Parts: sequence; structure tokens; C-alpha cells
Amino acid sequence: MSARDEIYSNIRRSLGVRADDAARRAIVRNRIEASAPGIRPQRGEGDLGTRSATFRAQAESVSATVAFVERGEDVPPEIARFLRDHNLPTTLRMGEDARLAALPWTNTPLTISLGPSDGGDLNAVSHAEAGVAETGTLVIVSGAHNPSTLNFLPDNHIVVVRAGEIEATYEDALARVRERYGKGQMPRTVNLITGPSRSADIEQKLLLGAHGPRRLHVVIVKA
Amino acid sequence: MSLHATSPQFKENAHRALHDTQLQKALGNVRQNFIERRAVAAGNLPEFEALRDQARDIRDHVLAHLDLYLEEYERKVTEAGGHVHFARTAAEACDIIVGLARARGAKTVTKGKSMVSEEIGLNAALERNGIEAVETDLGEYIIQLRGEAPSHIIAPAVHLNREDVEAEFRRVHTHLDAGRDLEQPETLLAEARAILRAKFLASDIGITGANFLVAETGTSVIVTNEGNGDLTQLLPKVHIVVASIEKIAPTLEDVAGIMRVLARSATGQDMSVYTTLSTGPRRPDDVDGPEEYHVVLVDNGRSNMLGTQFQDMLRCIRCGACMNHCPVYHAVGGHAYGWVYPGPMGAVLTPSLIGVDKAGHLPNASTFCGRCESVCPVRIPLPKLMRHWREREFERHLAPSTVRYGLGFWAFVAKRPRLYGLATRIGMKLLAIAGGEKGHFRSLPFAGGWTQYRDFPAPHGDTFQSQWKKRNNGR
Repeated sequence: MSARDEIYSNIRRSLGVRADDAARRAIVRNRIEASAPGIRPQRGEGDLGTRSATFRAQAESVSATVAFVERGEDVPPEIARFLRDHNLPTTLRMGEDARLAALPWTNTPLTISLGPSDGGDLNAVSHAEAGVAETGTLVIVSGAHNPSTLNFLPDNHIVVVRAGEIEATYEDALARVRERYGKGQMPRTVNLITGPSRSADIEQKLLLGAHGPRRLHVVIVKA
Repeated sequence: MSLHATSPQFKENAHRALHDTQLQKALGNVRQNFIERRAVAAGNLPEFEALRDQARDIRDHVLAHLDLYLEEYERKVTEAGGHVHFARTAAEACDIIVGLARARGAKTVTKGKSMVSEEIGLNAALERNGIEAVETDLGEYIIQLRGEAPSHIIAPAVHLNREDVEAEFRRVHTHLDAGRDLEQPETLLAEARAILRAKFLASDIGITGANFLVAETGTSVIVTNEGNGDLTQLLPKVHIVVASIEKIAPTLEDVAGIMRVLARSATGQDMSVYTTLSTGPRRPDDVDGPEEYHVVLVDNGRSNMLGTQFQDMLRCIRCGACMNHCPVYHAVGGHAYGWVYPGPMGAVLTPSLIGVDKAGHLPNASTFCGRCESVCPVRIPLPKLMRHWREREFERHLAPSTVRYGLGFWAFVAKRPRLYGLATRIGMKLLAIAGGEKGHFRSLPFAGGWTQYRDFPAPHGDTFQSQWKKRNNGR
């Protein structure tokens, strides 16, 4: 018997069940089909403004920085300000995201480069698919539009999210991903990111910038 | 079983640990930090207790339908272009992974933190085949340099102090300036980051564990704070996930529900920094990510636990809360347990995986104070399960003869209430007289194990049973 078959038969023998039990199969099929949300914590709930405010408070509590801008065209100047305030070079890498490409980058001192990171970039910007108010979490999906390497290799990661895309819960945010890719389908990677990288492995002391970005800056576009 | 187990020498291990001043200093960090942080995080979420019930129910549901969810998971992984491999044993799992690595001519493998890879002894297997395995979680990297096993399932180097890490980095990183300042933890972290960044970029294969395997989508989920797991799986051409068969979650909603209790129970964070959902290899529109995606599903004794009184243990989501709150773990640390999994969860799981004949001491190393069960996010009745192991150990005549005869004698008397009452009354009188004015004993026959370390109090007054009788007016 193959390892696979033996493991399956062992599980069924231990549980005292049969592979052809239609009732059990229906239970499993229905559960997957339903994707029913469970208990919803209240703390992420509220109207658009409340959700943005909760998101900000939660993200700041885990050492991310958050800025609100009125319109998309305010994003490039805000990023330029962030880099200047931290004495960082004005280079910025990004993917092919159409929402980012549409912004007026030429009016700023920023030097833009496109594509994934090979580890040589100090700063990168991504556009989130959604935000989650309950813990200040960003949801970023992989692809040429927002290469996953930008989320981890640069020292400073800037993420743009629209206020209308900040959901109360993980379930709501993941439902957006499901809506875009189809039930049961996923992009290669979905990154849920909550604050900059950290480690407490030396004497339980919390240190930022372990392997991923040392800074995480979120720009929330109100309109 | 691949890692050599010293669990049979638990008593010697514990004795050594109690006299290790460096270890005792480091363990102080566990007592201080983890307990308070969890309490704050749990207290800040009004739904926390209800979420624990929900997490328990999800895990129970998965275990009861594990065969069908695995089938569905397997189908979805394959549909997304990934490959699923099954391993009955630790050796089989290592063979599969070594085989994948050799077929691709891999020289270097980077690893995200994975307890099941410790369980199967993967690093040793890779090294035996001339493949360098680099642990990239900071704590795992430190203990790999020291040639140690993790002493905690989420904080593998919790037994070490800053000086230990500095000494190790100076010993191994000899290409760096010997006069460099490593006084601050920040500089130690920066040094590890720079060295491991080069390893990530040069790695041929990335190996991670999985916190969840999602049946709905064929997705593996890892939860980390450092981002090392992501660099591990994102940069090399091949990503191999190694996970035990019970890690299944039915849907993304189930993952979300369990996530809410995982980080809060583990580190007291509301949410870990990086929760990453990976489904298959690089897609046509991807510009980064692995070209191959493999999942190695490890049984290694788990399918035999289903349907037994130890099935509840398979609910475990590896948060570490039980050991963070365990007075025995606080006293002796993780290495004393002698294998991969320490603390209360280790005391239950280890006998299942390597045998109660080797690990029988572990379920005995408990005061049954119940703190582990009271904080377990999936409500595993850990003390009850430890008691089951004690019973098995007794039934199988594995306990030492003095213990067996002692228990046999006690059981004989306890089943005869009049005799029991008489014996305890006489015993107490004698001890009270012998104890005299001091009121305690420096040494007692048959109680050397106790009086070697502390005095034994001499009884005074009536027995509990007669006091109880009086309080209830003879009823």
C-alpha cells in the first residue's frame, strides 16, 4: 500500500468511518461551500470613518505609522514627505498596479523604479487589496501589480489603502479576495501584514526590523 | 523518531536545570512576560472566551472528518499546480524532502521555523546528504549555531541570555571585526539580519512549516513576526511545506476565527506581524515567487491517536501558552523534557509519538494545578490527558516497583474506610508526638525524596475526615 493510502485507511480505521459514507461527505462539502463566518469581534465594526480610525489606532499600536490624505493625487507628496522626514533617499520601487501608476509621481522629487526587488531597494510602495480595522492589518495580494518581494526586502515599506477598502474583520477582507479570484481560488500569495517586522528572541526584548521592513508606513486615501 | 530523546532521563535533566544559574535567569523572562501579555490581550477582546470555544469546535470538527478534508485539500493543491506527498514516518518525510533537494541539485536550503521539521530530524537528514540547512528564525538560528534543540515551541532560544548569543556570534562569525560592539540586543539582531539576508538570496530551496492547511483553497498558512518565513518561501525556486496531517482548517473563515486566539495566546499580540497564505507556485502574471510548490504531509503516529482518548491533543495549534503558564516548565525549562515538545503539551504528545516507555516521566512532572488547561486556546484537557498516561504507565508495569507497591498498598487501605480512618488517626498521633515541639522533620523514613530538599511538617489536630464530620454535625 502506498504511504498515502495507508494514512487514509489508518485515519478511517481509527475514526471508525468508511470512505463511502455519503452523509459525512455532505457535511464536509456543505461546510466548505458555505464558508460561514463565525463570531465577529465588535471592535472593528462601525461606519467608514470609525473603521479608518480603529485601523489607525491598531496599526500605530504595533509601531506602524499612518497618514490620511484626501485624494489619490496627495499620495506621492505624502510619500516624499515621509522619506524626507526620515532622511531617506528619494528612490521608490513599485509594481505595475494601475491605481499607483495613475498617480502624479512626476511632480515630486521621487525617482521611481518598477518591478520586483532583488534586495537592493531601500524603499517600496504597494497598494493593498484591503485593510482590517480590528488589528490594523493590511491585505496585499501577489502578482506583477504588487510583487511580494516589495513587502519584505526593502527597509521601508509604504502601503496605500483606500478608506473604503478598510473592512471590520479578516473575514470581510478575505471575502474581497474571494470575490476577485472566485470561490475556492486564491492568488499565489496573500500577505496579511500587521506592523513592521520584529523579533523578541533575545531575552524576550521586542526589537523592530528582524528580517523584513524596519518601517511600515500606511497612507489611507479618504476619497 | 529521529532526534535522540533524553526524556527517559527527565529527573537528571531537571536536576541539572534547577542548578543552572544562567538557565534560571533566562527562565525568569518567561514567567514575567508571557503571562501578563496574554492576560492583557485576552482581556482586550470581549469575545475571547467565546472564540476559544469556537476554535475548539472547529478543531474537533476537522479531526472527526480529517480523511475527507485531507482529500479536498489535496485536490485543491494539485489544482493550483502544487504537489502533495505523504509520509507515514519521520524517516519517510526526510527521504521525500532530501529526494526533492537532490533531484534539483540543491546545495543550500533555508528554513522557516517548523516544529514538525524538528520532530522528523530534517536538518540532520539534509546535512547527511551534503545539503546545508540554514535556520532563519533568529531564535532557531542561534540554537542551530549552538547545536541545540529548541527549548520552547515559539521562543526556541528562550533558555539563553544576551551574553550567550554574543559569545556564539563571536565564535561563529569570525569574518567580522573581533573588536565590534555587541553589547546591545539590537546589534546582535542587525548582525544576524545581514548574515541571513545573504543566505536567503543564495538559497536553492525554502522549507517552511504550516500553521494551517486550508481545504477550501489548497492554501498553506504561516504566521511569523520576523518575516523570515516569507523570505524563505519567496526567494528560492522551490518552496517545500512540511506539515502534520491534522493542521487542516475547512475554510478561510475558520482560519480567521482561530487566528484570533493564536497570537493572543502565544505572545499576547492581537495579531502576528505576518500571516501569509500561499497557494501553489508562481502564476503566469507573477514576477516573483517559487516555481515549484510541494507539501509533505507527515503522519508519524497521529492517525493512531484519532479515536483514542488522546484525540483531543490533536486540536493543539502550537501556541505555547501551556508551557508559558506551567510552574514545572518555569522551573526546569524546555530541554529537560528531552525531546522536541516541552511543557504540558509535550508531556501529553511525546508519549504518543515516541512511546510512554521512553516518555513516562513527562506526564508525571505535573502538579495538576490546571493552569495549562485554563489558558489553552482550544481547551485541551491537558491534566486529564496526563492522568491517562499515568494510568497507562501503571497498567503496563512501567512505573518503578516502589511506586507500584506504594500505590497498591494505599489503594488497599483507601478502599476500606474504617481501616483508613484508624490508620490515619494512629499515624498522625505518632507523627505529632515524634515531631515534638519543633513541629517539623528534617528527615523521615520512606520520605527522603521530600526531606532532602525541605522539612516535612508534623501534623497537629484531628484528621481531615474527623474535622469534616464535626463540621457537619456527624452527618
